Amino acid sequence: MAITSPENKLWWTEKVGRAELVWITIAFLWGVFMFAMMVWWHLEGNQNLSNEVYRVVPETFEEKTVAFTEKYTVREEADIPVVKPDPGSDIYMLSRLWEWWPILELKKGQTYRLHLSSMDWQHGFSLQPVNINIQVHPGLEHVVTLTPTQSGEFSVVCNEFCGVGHHTMVGRIHVID
Amino acid sequence: MSVAAETGIIGGIAAKFRTCPATGLKIDIAAQNLIKANAVVAIVFLAVGGLFGLLVALTRWPAVKILDPDLFYLVLTAHGLDVLLVWIIFFEMAVLYFASAIILNCRLATPRIAWLAFILMLVGAVLANVTVLQGESSVMFTSYVPLKAAPNFYLSLIVFAVGALLGCFVFLGTLVIAKDEKTYEGSIPLVTFGALVACIIAIFTLASGAVILIPTWLWSLGYIAHIDTVMYKLVWWAMGHSSQQINMAAQVAIWYAIPAILMGAKPLSEKVSRMAFLMYILFLQLASAHHMLVEPGLSSEWKVFNTSYAIYLAVLGSMIHGFSIPGAMEAAQRANGYTNGVFEWLRRAPWGNPAFAGMFLSLVLFGFLGGISGVVLGTEQINIMLHNTMYVPGHFHATVVAGTSLAFMALTYLVVPLIFQREIIWPRLAKWQPYLFGMGAAGISLFMMGAGTLGVARRHADISFSDATLSFDYPPAAFLMLGLNGMAGILAAIGGGLFVVIIVFSVLFGKKVDASNIVEALGPMPQKRVSDAVHKHGDSGTFHLPGTYILVATFFSAFVLYYFVNWKYLSELWQLG
Repeated sequence: MAITSPENKLWWTEKVGRAELVWITIAFLWGVFMFAMMVWWHLEGNQNLSNEVYRVVPETFEEKTVAFTEKYTVREEADIPVVKPDPGSDIYMLSRLWEWWPILELKKGQTYRLHLSSMDWQHGFSLQPVNINIQVHPGLEHVVTLTPTQSGEFSVVCNEFCGVGHHTMVGRIHVID
Repeated sequence: MSVAAETGIIGGIAAKFRTCPATGLKIDIAAQNLIKANAVVAIVFLAVGGLFGLLVALTRWPAVKILDPDLFYLVLTAHGLDVLLVWIIFFEMAVLYFASAIILNCRLATPRIAWLAFILMLVGAVLANVTVLQGESSVMFTSYVPLKAAPNFYLSLIVFAVGALLGCFVFLGTLVIAKDEKTYEGSIPLVTFGALVACIIAIFTLASGAVILIPTWLWSLGYIAHIDTVMYKLVWWAMGHSSQQINMAAQVAIWYAIPAILMGAKPLSEKVSRMAFLMYILFLQLASAHHMLVEPGLSSEWKVFNTSYAIYLAVLGSMIHGFSIPGAMEAAQRANGYTNGVFEWLRRAPWGNPAFAGMFLSLVLFGFLGGISGVVLGTEQINIMLHNTMYVPGHFHATVVAGTSLAFMALTYLVVPLIFQREIIWPRLAKWQPYLFGMGAAGISLFMMGAGTLGVARRHADISFSDATLSFDYPPAAFLMLGLNGMAGILAAIGGGLFVVIIVFSVLFGKKVDASNIVEALGPMPQKRVSDAVHKHGDSGTFHLPGTYILVATFFSAFVLYYFVNWKYLSELWQLG
């Protein structure tokens, strides 16, 4: 029994039943398959998170974001600048207590290099309703290559707890045809 | 079920009690008292933490929303601490002492140090609660830097961890004594082996906790200027996730123990089951990566290897247990004479015994809800869709609530007669308790996963964004999911509350247990139908186990199907490169 010592002191010499062996083989091969699936998606899939990351001083990142915003602002929305960058360019969105800044206006089907970083605590970039979720750290500039495949109004919800105003932290991305 | 041990109750406990007419088992009083103390404190914190959990569920129910955001974040922090850490680790201490001193018929090593461990853990747990309730430490259980809590928050966890670490060494010392004093022959029982695995993982876990919490404590006091955010997370989760692997090993040990006690189940193969446990030690600790799949600063190669526990070898371990535990039960029941059809063995299992019902529900819910969702969630690319959504708490409520907590409750129904020497008061009510709690826990898990699939953020006080500058509307189905989650939370709270009340009243007012009623006190057990119960299923091909094959095939089909459904969803996402 499982609560007594094995009756057969040489239990490791016992043969394993066939059904158990079959199951172990299936389970092992399924594991190998699932592992291969992740590797294969890196080669063939279209949804992989970029590994391009730089150390950055928060103030430097803020300066870059402000310069980018000033260059491309087209209008304001709720006092937040709406920025329409050139297709294919480097775009910036910073996070801080408790906002995503600025608002971006992107073109559907165009690829952008989105730079993300935090000014203070960790935040969670959660693009809704698309449901792309990326962790944002202070001191690290993460460059994510992003191609919107739908048009419309999208929101960036913060999904990493960042203090008492966490649930008011919402940003915006517009995608136009 | 008043049949005496001699006349046909199956099960090793009955056999043991026959050999010893006084108390049945040779139980070390020191061990017994320590098990009692640890179990009682565990259950008190389950009650407190469970209540916090109910408040969380009711706040996230948009139509109810009983707590303001400040209080919500405070209560959520306390909920995580009390149930994920305090309830579970205290109970695990009781399991370690039970699996060593009691199962090996041995005295406990250094009871005084075990009491010191207990006191340190208690001081840590109380200090943690006080600190969080003071309001300056609403940083969530994970306390990701640079979010800063009061220094006592980190200190309390360090004190708690040191206590738990001492308890682990008492367990190891007891194994040495048992070997020295030859209280058993050959190898330690599988259940003790499982507890040993839990203990080894616990030492790794608690050491990781010390490595990260001590510098963080110094940082909160101002002695250290900077803690790297990515490094913090990596090491913190070597504690946070690995502590769930302690649960894994402990609960699997319980899944083996309860059918052994109630049905006389033997492992199909000692070798296979022990190898599967060993895989936990070797590979489960890589799971820190599960929390870092969408993090900047780590390479994809690192993520893919670690998140898969080295090509899913730890998952393989669990899948092996998922076969061998129902297989052992089926083999035992067939040997007991329940041989009709494919599922008579299961149909005629003691469903009215809360220990069995809790154990079996725990196994099924853990496998189907917690296990499958865990592998899917831990797939590097699929995690992009699910990271920090409510899918994450959905997953771990299936593993830790429906899995671990329910397994611990099931074991408690045996610990009360065996260790506290009291009968379970109100057995008819106790019979329903695991079902209520299991259904509630399954509901919480499913509905949170549902909300997470719809993108709802976890740890979020207001998904209607009523105070936000920019607004966003989650789909109505998300609100429905959160409402259902609130209702399931109420159900789980009723089931959990019932457990606490039944156990507390049994311990205080239950009928005394002695040799005359111990078998009865363990609850209904299957009656033996054959006269000769001598069986050996270590040999291959002794029994065919068609019921187990069907159960396992069902599980595997659900796994494969759900896995591919999620890849399909992922392929429809915006392109990321």
